[in-house]
Amino acid sequence: MKKEFYNIAKLVTKNAKILDVGCGNGELMKYITENISKDIRGIELSKSNVQKCVEKGLTVIEGDAEKDLEQFPDSSFDFVILSQTLQAFLDPENVLNELLRIGKKAIVSIPNFGHWKVRLHLLLKGTMPVTENLPNEWFDTPNLHMCTIKDFENYCRERNIKINLKNLKFQNLFSELGIFILEK
Amino acid sequence: MFEKNKIKTLLVKKPLKLDCGQIISNFPLAYETYGKLNDKKNNAILVFHALTGDQFASGTNPITKKDGWWNYALGPDKAIDTNKYFVIAANVIGGCMGSFGPSNINPETKKPYGTNFPVITINDMVNAQYSLLEHFEVEKLFCVIGGSMGGMQVLQFVSNFPNKAHTAIPIACTASHSAQNIALNELGRQSIMADSNWQDGFYEEQNKQPDKGLAVARMAAHITYLSKAGLQEKFGRKLQERDDLKFSFDADFQIESYLRYQGSVFVDRFDANSYLYITRAMDYFDLTKKFEGNLSKAFEKSDTKFFIISFTSDWLYPTSENREIVIALNSIGKNVGFVEITSDKGHDSFLLDVPDFLNTVRNFLNKSYEKI
Repeated sequence: MKKEFYNIAKLVTKNAKILDVGCGNGELMKYITENISKDIRGIELSKSNVQKCVEKGLTVIEGDAEKDLEQFPDSSFDFVILSQTLQAFLDPENVLNELLRIGKKAIVSIPNFGHWKVRLHLLLKGTMPVTENLPNEWFDTPNLHMCTIKDFENYCRERNIKINLKNLKFQNLFSELGIFILEK
Repeated sequence: MFEKNKIKTLLVKKPLKLDCGQIISNFPLAYETYGKLNDKKNNAILVFHALTGDQFASGTNPITKKDGWWNYALGPDKAIDTNKYFVIAANVIGGCMGSFGPSNINPETKKPYGTNFPVITINDMVNAQYSLLEHFEVEKLFCVIGGSMGGMQVLQFVSNFPNKAHTAIPIACTASHSAQNIALNELGRQSIMADSNWQDGFYEEQNKQPDKGLAVARMAAHITYLSKAGLQEKFGRKLQERDDLKFSFDADFQIESYLRYQGSVFVDRFDANSYLYITRAMDYFDLTKKFEGNLSKAFEKSDTKFFIISFTSDWLYPTSENREIVIALNSIGKNVGFVEITSDKGHDSFLLDVPDFLNTVRNFLNKSYEKI
């Protein structure tokens, strides 16, 4: 399992009620089910990933996070997880609002466009950055709304969304990934 | 009509009050079982059949000599593995495979009930089949499962008996029959009633059968079970055993010949009045009615884990209608999974060899069984 998932799993509490939005093949959900909380379910768009979740015995709803979060009541989950998909939504602002409505807390991770490798790539090569974490070319990337950790921090501050973030300058330069706990 | 000794029947003694107000008792409920009930009695699955199904879901149907209607999904080592699970399947009341239905003899008149048979509902069907739990002394079913009208029975069962099934798999169904579906059923009924042999439903006592009307009803319905793409791929404009059009009303096209065949074999195994009664039950189905339009309330007391399945090319019970059930369950925090299976086989996909579907059912059942 990737390191990011261990870091996310550390943030959820024992037996909490959790929704994993864009749960992929269910790897994180499986780990959380077996180690932290059985009360977890996922939403996933890809049909083949949904099948993989069912194979693992996980509760998964095939659906689109941009449309299908509205069916969940306010504060119906202790944690809502969104791992590295925010930047791929057509309307990330709406998705974030929904996450904060249905979850008491939202755990959101984003690939950091402010990482020094990304900055250096653009500065020296003059082409769109392609890194380990951002492997796509400009024409086939699913990422519509790239941002930096600093952008995301600004976004949350302007909207009075509580965010746990220390050493903003350092993280914005040296973290490939930002993982945040957000609260309304 | 057929050899009764091949049909297992439970005589339901307890009076059952039907939605129409009539009370029935001492009525026959025909059923079949597959696999073995284990000592803990926790491996029982109740399978509900669709409009023209019956209790013979697997193996060879001893009456029609054809394959059981769910042979792809149900049997030893299949998705619903009868080496592991004990499967009970009943013929719905109103049906014609041994359960209490319009072709039964009315003891008062000594003649078949015909259209004097009471109008039954999905709720009545489910309440009648509940007797099987008592009969087999099963405290809680592992699963209730069914497609189409079988799925409606699954929903009704969980609503009526919220703590009697660990899991529920409604497939390709709806919580409330749509105007389009009522319209299509009405087309079938009018076709039967337009057959002069129907005789207001009392055809049996006159030794007549409204075969033509029933066959047309089946032909029309059959089209709705397939998808446009599926039909096009299988038949296109292919001609039936001829090189060119005959400029007549013969079955020039393969699709015509196919539909005529489907109609003709159907009348050998199905009773026209049963077709009327069962389609009526489907039309009356609206699980939200009792709850002022709020479907969630139908499931409020349930502790069942749901798994809902729809098919991409099913336009009769489309994904959107299945999704409404998912939404109703999510809005009250119930445990529900949902999968839409890609298939061009239309509504009939749940009866056919669709590997993604069969694997999904197998995985859900086996993983859920580990947890009970």
